[in-house]
Amino acid sequence: MAAQLRVYRQKIKSAQTTKKITRAMELISASRIQKAQARVAASGPYARAVTNAVSAVATYSNVDHILTTEPEKVERALIVIFTSDRGLAGAFSSNVLKESEQLATLLRSEGKEVAYFLIGRKAAAYFSFRKRPAEKTWTGGTDQPTFEVAKEIGDALVDIFVRDASDGGVDEIHVVYNRFVSMVTQLPEIVRLLPLEVVEGDEAPAGTDVLPLYEFEPEVGDVLDALLPVYIESRIFNSMLQSAASEHAARQRAMKSASDNADKLIRDYTRLANNARQSEITQQISEIVGGADALTPAR
Amino acid sequence: MADVSGAAATLQVSVVSADHEVWSGDATQVIAKTTEGEIGILRGHEPLLAILSEGEVRVTLSDGKRIVARADQGFLSVENDRVTIVARAAELVS
Repeated sequence: MAAQLRVYRQKIKSAQTTKKITRAMELISASRIQKAQARVAASGPYARAVTNAVSAVATYSNVDHILTTEPEKVERALIVIFTSDRGLAGAFSSNVLKESEQLATLLRSEGKEVAYFLIGRKAAAYFSFRKRPAEKTWTGGTDQPTFEVAKEIGDALVDIFVRDASDGGVDEIHVVYNRFVSMVTQLPEIVRLLPLEVVEGDEAPAGTDVLPLYEFEPEVGDVLDALLPVYIESRIFNSMLQSAASEHAARQRAMKSASDNADKLIRDYTRLANNARQSEITQQISEIVGGADALTPAR
Repeated sequence: MADVSGAAATLQVSVVSADHEVWSGDATQVIAKTTEGEIGILRGHEPLLAILSEGEVRVTLSDGKRIVARADQGFLSVENDRVTIVARAAELVS
């Protein structure tokens, strides 16, 4: 009996300790979402300016540029996967990984070879556990992405894209990341980055804005040469920021439900412990009464 | 939106870097250094996309004041009297 009570008390204590941790993580994530969202918003003007410029060049010129023309035959495709460094964020990383598995299956069924760029320790662990190779991996700092890393990834992307498939290059690049829709919704999203399909940022372009005929300086081709890496970087940076905001939101939600579960556990075990204590007392009383009865000589 | 008939009296200029908008406001003139040489932009300039070379962008405000920004490896776009100076790392010098 007393042993039972001790077990319950132990369980209550452990649930309380866990709750303290999950509650702290929840609060930390909640405060970081704001910052991450602000960063997404702050990078908006740049992304918009770059996207507008690239649309202008791509629409009003018919230059043949390697980054914009569809290759006749796609032999290898690259998938860039954005996950988090740390877990305890619900289905954040597994959603993206699941989505990219589906994409990989689809691409393979089209007869393409699939290569990977991984961002975040979770993706790296997923791949190394399955002993699958990845072209390149970036880990660390997924919750606070910097532009330097985006630039590095962008450079690597351009580099692998301009190489021939036989030389380890790729003909197509897809990006899979969690898009931040709201505090409660983050959707895994697949975007084909190259060859170029100009994707607008968060806002649709104003319908009345007809793109004017641009003058280019120096030449159209040179402008495109200079713009496209910038465009790719800005898309990657945007994906990283969105992914970071989503990670915080996902973690906050996961930790909130963990704290709620801990609350429920504590409540249930407290009831059980009270029951056990009470029945222990009852038993002791009945033992005393029974003992006293036995000692009293019968009249 | 006071004057609907004509173009705005000034240029709307914004200087944008990768992680935030550095400056935006109205100006009368923008001077930048492109890979081809210096270029001055006034109101009514034709739409333009130019690659900037290293150097400073000088913006003359409506009240005659001057703003100087660094925009290395960036580009400049002009359309409908809107000037956007975009660079990975843009910053105001003065």
